[in-house]
Amino acid sequence: MARLNINGKIHNIDVEPDTPLLWAIREQIGLTGTKYGCGVAACGACTVNVDGVPTRSCSLPVSSFTEKQKIVTIEGLSKTVTHPIQQAWLELDVPQCGYCQSGQIMAAAALIAKHPEPTDAQINEEMTNICRCGTYNRIRAGVKLAAKNAKGTKGADKTNKAQRA
Amino acid sequence: MTIAQKLSRRGFLAGAAVATGGLSIGFHIPTAEAAVGDTPEINAWVVVKPDNTIVVRVARVEMGQGTLTGLSQLVAEELDADWSKITTEYPTPGQNVARKRIWGDFQTAGSRGIRGSEDYVRKGGAAARMMLMQAAANQWKMPVSELTTSKSVISHKASGRTLRYGQVAAAAAKLEAPKDVKIKDPKDWTIAGKPLPRLDTKAKLDGSQIYSIDFKMPGMLNAAIKETPVPGGKVKSFDAAKAEKMRGVKKVLVIDGNAVVVVADTWYRAKTALDAINIVWDDGANASVSTASIKAMLTEGLDAKQAFVGNKKGDVETAIAGATKKVEAVYRYPYQSHMTMEPMNATAQWTPEKCMVWTSTQNAEAALATAVPASGLPIEKCDVIRMNLGGGFGRRSSSHDYVRQTVLVAKELPGTPVKLIWSREQDVTHGTYHPTTMCKLTGALDDKGNVVGLHMRISGQSILAGLRPEALVEGRDPGTFQGLNAQGPEGQFGYDIPNLLVDHAMRNPPFRPGFWRGVNNNQNAIYLECFMDEMAHAAGQDPLEFRRKMMKNYPKHLAVLNTVAEKSGWGKPTAPGVFRGISQHMGYGSYVAAVAEVSVSAKGEVKIHRIVAATDCGHVVNPQQVAAQIEGSFAYGLSALLYGEMTVKNGRMEQENFDTYEVMKMADMPPVESYPVPSGGFWGGVGEPTIFVAAPAVLNAIFAATGKRLRDVPLKNLDLRKA
Repeated sequence: MARLNINGKIHNIDVEPDTPLLWAIREQIGLTGTKYGCGVAACGACTVNVDGVPTRSCSLPVSSFTEKQKIVTIEGLSKTVTHPIQQAWLELDVPQCGYCQSGQIMAAAALIAKHPEPTDAQINEEMTNICRCGTYNRIRAGVKLAAKNAKGTKGADKTNKAQRA
Repeated sequence: MTIAQKLSRRGFLAGAAVATGGLSIGFHIPTAEAAVGDTPEINAWVVVKPDNTIVVRVARVEMGQGTLTGLSQLVAEELDADWSKITTEYPTPGQNVARKRIWGDFQTAGSRGIRGSEDYVRKGGAAARMMLMQAAANQWKMPVSELTTSKSVISHKASGRTLRYGQVAAAAAKLEAPKDVKIKDPKDWTIAGKPLPRLDTKAKLDGSQIYSIDFKMPGMLNAAIKETPVPGGKVKSFDAAKAEKMRGVKKVLVIDGNAVVVVADTWYRAKTALDAINIVWDDGANASVSTASIKAMLTEGLDAKQAFVGNKKGDVETAIAGATKKVEAVYRYPYQSHMTMEPMNATAQWTPEKCMVWTSTQNAEAALATAVPASGLPIEKCDVIRMNLGGGFGRRSSSHDYVRQTVLVAKELPGTPVKLIWSREQDVTHGTYHPTTMCKLTGALDDKGNVVGLHMRISGQSILAGLRPEALVEGRDPGTFQGLNAQGPEGQFGYDIPNLLVDHAMRNPPFRPGFWRGVNNNQNAIYLECFMDEMAHAAGQDPLEFRRKMMKNYPKHLAVLNTVAEKSGWGKPTAPGVFRGISQHMGYGSYVAAVAEVSVSAKGEVKIHRIVAATDCGHVVNPQQVAAQIEGSFAYGLSALLYGEMTVKNGRMEQENFDTYEVMKMADMPPVESYPVPSGGFWGGVGEPTIFVAAPAVLNAIFAATGKRLRDVPLKNLDLRKA
């Protein structure tokens, strides 16, 4: 039995403790946006964010998680595709087949949270998920556009706060 | 609803009822009629719903290449449709059979998604528009010539009256199809030809897009499979005692004598149980095959007497014998794995009355043709529902082995839907690999450095011999000569060389070959374009000028070459340490060229700084998607150049997953400047062609940087330090 906090909800899951988080998410909870690509943490298609850290869910057993850890999957990133990364992806038409994009988006969301103005070197270092369609250049442009837009939003928030004050 | 659709739905419900005791009522499963319901079609391509939503039927498949959007643009253009109300659906191959193949060929390969369909889908859109206008004219009792259309609205200017397409769709559906259908001149396009956003992006951003691997049905079981690691091998014995007792396991079985399958409630439990089974294989006749033995087999073919001729002109033997300077080189191209991000998988449900398959395929008709014999049922009782593909690249058109296996397993559990997912390891070790070939090139230069003779002897594997031997032409595989043929709309050798011989000694190792994005153009372009560079160097001439001299009669080849030369600043200085390479090729009906800018560090690390690419594909339907395909082609082609190689030991493929079969990642990806230069008058492909020039442009740039000719890719195996 595992207790997992996924997208803000606690799930009690009756699986073998060595079941990878990926398969618990896909087959027990029924969220299929997180993808199986390799099973050995090499491709990143299974990326979810655990307390904000991009994590390859195919290679970590459910027994290594507690309910205190906040696991966010692609389905939980935003309610209506409003996260800056999702918005930038939409604007630039980033996906081709789209299979790797859940993982790419989760990794990119974590990246701009960590580095609000990511450099090319930081993008190269943090965005190591594989895309076989070859959307890398649009992903790079999307990360930069999202970072720019997110910064703009934060600026707007400050203005609002200042006005309220 | 068509008869076929009714059959399909009834068949499914009957089957589902067996599986679930009727629980399926109200459960949504994707079928062709789901999007349209009982709305009558205007014609096979267009359905207009009362609320003005337009459903465009797409015979080709969307696997990331943008065909779904592009074909919809073409239909919407001729239909004068409101683009914001366009939706799409896939007809099934069973419906296509029942309607005498009204949607034509479903195959989505050979960069034919747009160019192979543009004529009939445009005519379908135009005919539907004529019928909608006629229905309005009938209602208003006025001549159709007084009506105009725009954004799904029919107008009569004189009276100011308007009707939405949805208001006359039912009446239009009853009219006879017009015989004389005119389509627009591309210069008048307002929807086609524009960089419109894709229709299918949003669902790829929130996890809601359902790929084949995500498909679920009530009562569905999951299966994992391990197939003989050696081609032609069999299951000798296995001990499933432990696995059968594991949680969730329902069945352990052998199919086709060469694979062990575990069926369980979840896939992870099926896979875990399968890993607990000790399988003893009978490796058969191929147990000693290795990369070295394959290389020896191909090397023998380089000088063999018997060879199939692909392109012949003049007398190459005499030209070489009389050459002022003779240039000779041997190249090799290794096996490549497709590595689609979504591993092969399918879901099937079998009853004695009906066999349904849900799967991601590049050719649903071929998937159906595979499912039928596996099911033991007549074709009328089988159908395939197309699911979204997590990549195709030719793997999902080369073989539907995964569909056959799924149907065989489902047949053992009548009524129960079964999803079979290949593990990544099963996927990588049971591919339909990019064929391996070698090429010996002998060039003859005269005293002015002109090429007076060229012999290209290809030795190696034929795709057709491996996949469709019945398609060989008197033993010869015409596909081997892609891009090297004297003429033809698909690809044409772009140089005038007075004495030329391109021939092929077919040597087929036991590993199953397949169509791998770009196919034989990939290695043929490396062989020819790198050797052009070698001959230019031997002649002491600039590689661009050396080519240009031979290309006067190939103006379209020359035009794309000139575009990349101009855009890259060929001949002008580069940044210190950066060197350029150039290449051109024609394939899948398009003319492509590239310049690569590369540096190589003292340690031998290669960095690709910039790619400049040009494509003349005749007509461009969506420029931003053409740019995406060009970039994607470079990622795919350069992945192969940098890392791609499947090696063989003891009859087994050695690489099993992304950790041992490396592919390009973000840090390796160069900026790509793409220049679509459509010259009109023909329709060329886009999904593959620029792959051809990726590797040779980079290899030629590496030579410029290091003085090293790299003839045995991938680069990861080679020492790139300066010679």
